[in-house]
Amino acid sequence: MATTVRIPTQLRSLTGGNSEVAVEGGTVKEVIDNLEKNYPGIGERLLDESGSLRRFVNVYLVDEDIRFLDGLNTSLNPGQSLSIVPAVAGG
Amino acid sequence: MSFVESLRCRECGRSYPVSALNACEFCFGPLEVFYNYEAMQEVVSRSRIESGPQTIWRYSDLLPTSASPNLDLGTGFTPLLRADHLAAELGLRKLYLKDDTRNPTGSFKDRVVSVALSKARELGLKVAACPSTGNLANSVAAHAARSGMEAYIFVPANLEHNKIAMSAIFGGHLIAVDGNYDQVNRLCAELAMLHDDWAFVNVNVRPYYAEGSKTLAFEVAEQLGWQLPDHVVVPIASGSQLTKIHKGFNELTKLGLVSEKDVRISGAQALGCSPVAEAFLSGADYIKPVKPDTVAKSLAIGNPADGWYALQTIRKTGGSAAAVSDDELLEGITLLAKTEGVFAETAGGVTVASLIKLVNSGAVKSDETVVIYITGNGLKTIEALGDRVGPTDTISPRVDAFEELLHH
Repeated sequence: MATTVRIPTQLRSLTGGNSEVAVEGGTVKEVIDNLEKNYPGIGERLLDESGSLRRFVNVYLVDEDIRFLDGLNTSLNPGQSLSIVPAVAGG
Repeated sequence: MSFVESLRCRECGRSYPVSALNACEFCFGPLEVFYNYEAMQEVVSRSRIESGPQTIWRYSDLLPTSASPNLDLGTGFTPLLRADHLAAELGLRKLYLKDDTRNPTGSFKDRVVSVALSKARELGLKVAACPSTGNLANSVAAHAARSGMEAYIFVPANLEHNKIAMSAIFGGHLIAVDGNYDQVNRLCAELAMLHDDWAFVNVNVRPYYAEGSKTLAFEVAEQLGWQLPDHVVVPIASGSQLTKIHKGFNELTKLGLVSEKDVRISGAQALGCSPVAEAFLSGADYIKPVKPDTVAKSLAIGNPADGWYALQTIRKTGGSAAAVSDDELLEGITLLAKTEGVFAETAGGVTVASLIKLVNSGAVKSDETVVIYITGNGLKTIEALGDRVGPTDTISPRVDAFEELLHH
């Protein structure tokens, strides 16, 4: 079952300008791995050298920041969408 | 004139042209305004600043705008008050309050908004917008009205009544969002990508906005007779203000306007939202986001954008951090009012109560020249005080009723 992923402006040059894409994956990590397969280059933009989510990237499963869930290991239920949002905002 | 060279990513160093852009295209790191300090140094001097207006714009050489005129409601150059009574109470020798309750809309946000919307106009953006915990909303609403910009202001629906009223009165669109600040913030981060010709002051024009907080450092140094203090205590919400105060002190040194000194910078948070203080006290090297639960709504950012840099600044400067309960912060508001005649909002209570903790823990030393930043006016958060404030007595309108009260 494909998950809808919302893509921020910064990454749309890699997704052919699309602001939403659909990829497979049972966890956030799997979704990111599959994003990288479909849109080469996107992985290193989201994950640092150690494979952790970059400090200034927020990923939301529906309404919740995955840092409040299981991080990259957070599992996805069918129909749930992911949003990738730059963290540098507010205050 | 402006000495801005470019925007640069604070994480990976990539450069970007001066535009409405806040995050690095590559690593999402925050973009920061980078200046040509050599050219700046040739122009800037103490006397040039001293002959400028009694507002933040006396430091315009060190700010990222070149609009003429800049947007000006009379923000800045607020009093630096010697606080001898509070100092005596705490056993400190030299304590000052930077009283930013006196800005046009009653908080330090007027500094950042003046800069952000001046820059926005310069970049040709016509709509002012922001996510806000209240103080920013007040300021953006007022400055948008002043400059004739349309405004879209997004706030958590449960905000203090006075902050709602003070945002609404200026006539822009005030959108109450059913959610906490972090949710409002995320909404605006997404909206800013959709409406990229709007100036979301703390999203796409955030690099310029944040620079406005440097004036909190410039003014303190100038008001101390062009000297740096030993130690400052700064409230932390997103952490931007604390890091920019540090940048401000560094720039003054770099430009030769003050002699070099390592100012210790300490942070103040409410226990119900203390991700930075928590990380500092536990020795963590990351900021763990939290779900805020505190009456200090202006500091209730659970996922602070500059939390990591605030933490590093505190550590690098030999500062410290404290987190205080709602009771302690309300006591802090009362103590400040009773000892110094300054009425602060909840964030100011957090700062005073944190100062007490930092003195007690030995982090703030009695022989230091200490400045605490009081960043918002108490009239905005009256309801947080509840039944702590009210008449001390109630009498009938008769002379003997009062005389009886007086003598008993």
